[in-house]
Amino acid sequence: MADAVLDIQGLSKSFGALVVTDNVSLDVRANEIHALIGPNGAGKSTLIGQIAGTIRPDHGEIRLGGENMLGLSAAARAKRGLGRTFQVSSLIPEYSALRNVMLAAQGRQGQSFRFFRSVLADRSLTESAQAMLEQVGLGDRGNVRAAELSHGERRRLEIAAALALRPKIFLLDEPMAGMGPDGAKSLTSFLDGLRAEAPILLVEHDMDAVFALADRISVLVYGRIIATGTVEEIRKHPEVRRAYLGDEA
Amino acid sequence: MSREGVFNLVFAALFLGAVLLAEAMGESFYVTLATRVAILALAATGLNIALGLGGLVSFGHAAFFGLGGYVAGILAVHAFEGAPLLFGLPGTKSMPVIWVAATIASVLLAAIIGAISLRTSGVYFIMITLAFAQMAFFFAVSWPAYGGEDGLSFYVRNAFPGLDTLKPLPFFAVCAALLGLALLFFDRLARSRFGAALQAARQNEVRLAAVGVNPFPVRLLAFVISAAVTGLAGALFADLNRFVSPSMLSWHLSGELIVLIILGGVGRLFGPLVGATLYVGFEYALGGLTDRWQLFLGLVLLGVVLFARGGLVGLIAGRARHG
Amino acid sequence: MPAALILEQLLNGLQLGVMLFLMAAGLTLIFGVMGLINLAHGALYMVGAFACATVAAWTGSFWLGLVASLAAAAIAGALVEVLVIRRLYDRDHLDQVLATFALILIFSESVRWLFGSFPLYLNIPALLQGAVPLPGGSQYPVYRLAIIGAGLLVAAGLFLLIGKTRLGMRIRAGESDREMIAALGVDIRLLYTIVFALGAALAGLAGALVGALQSVQVGMGEPVLILAFVVIVIGGIGSIRGALVGALIVGVVDTMGRALLPSLLSAFFGPSAAASVGAALASILIYLVMALVLAVRPRGLFPATA
Repeated sequence: MADAVLDIQGLSKSFGALVVTDNVSLDVRANEIHALIGPNGAGKSTLIGQIAGTIRPDHGEIRLGGENMLGLSAAARAKRGLGRTFQVSSLIPEYSALRNVMLAAQGRQGQSFRFFRSVLADRSLTESAQAMLEQVGLGDRGNVRAAELSHGERRRLEIAAALALRPKIFLLDEPMAGMGPDGAKSLTSFLDGLRAEAPILLVEHDMDAVFALADRISVLVYGRIIATGTVEEIRKHPEVRRAYLGDEA
Repeated sequence: MSREGVFNLVFAALFLGAVLLAEAMGESFYVTLATRVAILALAATGLNIALGLGGLVSFGHAAFFGLGGYVAGILAVHAFEGAPLLFGLPGTKSMPVIWVAATIASVLLAAIIGAISLRTSGVYFIMITLAFAQMAFFFAVSWPAYGGEDGLSFYVRNAFPGLDTLKPLPFFAVCAALLGLALLFFDRLARSRFGAALQAARQNEVRLAAVGVNPFPVRLLAFVISAAVTGLAGALFADLNRFVSPSMLSWHLSGELIVLIILGGVGRLFGPLVGATLYVGFEYALGGLTDRWQLFLGLVLLGVVLFARGGLVGLIAGRARHG
Repeated sequence: MPAALILEQLLNGLQLGVMLFLMAAGLTLIFGVMGLINLAHGALYMVGAFACATVAAWTGSFWLGLVASLAAAAIAGALVEVLVIRRLYDRDHLDQVLATFALILIFSESVRWLFGSFPLYLNIPALLQGAVPLPGGSQYPVYRLAIIGAGLLVAAGLFLLIGKTRLGMRIRAGESDREMIAALGVDIRLLYTIVFALGAALAGLAGALVGALQSVQVGMGEPVLILAFVVIVIGGIGSIRGALVGALIVGVVDTMGRALLPSLLSAFFGPSAAASVGAALASILIYLVMALVLAVRPRGLFPATA
């Protein structure tokens, strides 16, 4: 795909005889929210791991903005523009919300080997981090320890940290997980606006959010993409219906 | 100022005040004792960088402490006897030169040990750091040229320009100054970007990688810096006793350094100094009363680990605030 | 080196290996099932030795002493588990290292208080005194052969216990998934106490058996403890089979190294240099082996958990 920001071709991974990722190809274009759905056990986590750099695929290609990602560590990929959030919120618990985002800003600036200047006095970190917090609606929660934030606040904090990376693509792993209906609704409208920053590969179970947000949907079943298309196409796709609903007329 | 800041200032003032008082009263034994505290605190401050900030449980930091000590001892002995070292280099009795040599040696050793050990984690890391220190220990025991098991005595204290280092107070001043510098450095480091990355690596290395920072070089550098400080302390310790022996390399010493930090408060700026004061105080106060003082030390340590997890600084100043 | 001496050293290596296995088996079980690093294991070794020496001196029977060592170490282990160790399972490794380090101090000083600093002596029982001829002409102490035999018997017993009994099944399940077996109704607290006491008893037995060869004194457990940790790292944490293989490797390498290296090196250096370099290298040898194993197999030879 010429204008694909994230381009995955022929990705495969097996653990012994078990094929977990079966020749997966998909792409994410600019300004797009591309949702990845599939029943439990489909291999979504393994696929995310391979894209993010924590699992090494057996075959295939991953390109971000045209650049080959294979062989790069997770940290290297983050530096090259992969902004990821985790299925189970993974933050620095003792640090405040502000410091968590500051860490991401520090990562983006790439100057972690500085020993003498205090980070809290560093405006380039504090101000940009505060701006990110405002963007996700946590502007007044900056001084709260991450461990003390509510579940929904932590999900948003992860997104703020991903934002601070100024990524080329967002890789969001079930951001709606554990959110009540109000939280899910506000997060959905937030993500809708987020696509202006960078395209999103959205792994989700929450079908309301998926149908509201997705420009395209890919369906992963037993490690294989069985369909890619618009919301309408996927809703009517016979194989997808079979995968989710079982054999029906 | 925070409660911890106030506590630190008061503690430092009391500590220095007590030393000056002892000197004024002619009780130079206590000045020497305080010097011992300062040196152990310096060694533990080094470990605190790796352990307290970085979460790297090194059970082999005695390797650096002992290396620093042996560098000091060997250079001094060669200078005293007038015999050249390797490659015709002379020995030296100048403290600053010895300090530089001890620090460089520790950095080199730590780079090797760290590069290998930091590929592991958890109990494997603890074991492999212990193993390296044991190797150093047995090496020193079996190497007859520098005393082997009996250790190496050198009969004059090394020289610092402008001071009579043989007197307790000037030598204390030297050690205290170095400790002060190390504490300043620790404080700056903890607050810096490097410190942020290091402490993040301790708490959640997956998160650190996700923001684009590779944890391995951060940890390796922290380990090397930590070893350098501990190595420097070892050189001072050898000078204090005018004696160096393999016991400076033993796993007991590695354990003691960890104990010092825990007693005072892991990761806290004054944790090592408070811990060293408590430990040495224990040894001398209780040791005068009973030979079984280590039993009480064990009980206190157990109590601290089980019930007062933040050490003495934690008890008084509350949980550390990271802002 | 003559073949007879080599055979003798090989047997010594086996004997050391078997003793290390007794220590390592307990350590590896405790780490595998409870996730706990136990530095106090050497103290339990010492308790076993002291109990044996005391009871043997009092009753005149080594065998009663052995029973006493098992009982004393198991009881001490159970007590320590209930009072202290229990609180450490959820803590990080640093806390476990420190707390068990504190226990070493407490045990050592307590024993020193009770028994003083002088070593106790434990005599080899009459039944096992004397020596047997080995092929090659030298004599080998019966007692050491008995230790090798006893150790192998215990190993067999442990394999049966872990592999074939319900307790063993629970232990194996506990190694894989602690929370699950608790949810399934197994009394975790009791299981842990039993595992700890079992490990302690093995350590105590080792201490008693070795006590008759060397003397019984405070601190005797520490060198053995370090070696035992090297064993479980080489063998794979959590694996009894790994503990056995690792222990035999360490025992044989260490013993043969000390015996052979000085003579090997005297071909290159003069005799006194060879002796000291040889001794240094021999001490370092097993650590080098451990580093090598970890380089190739980062989880040890037979890792029990994935």
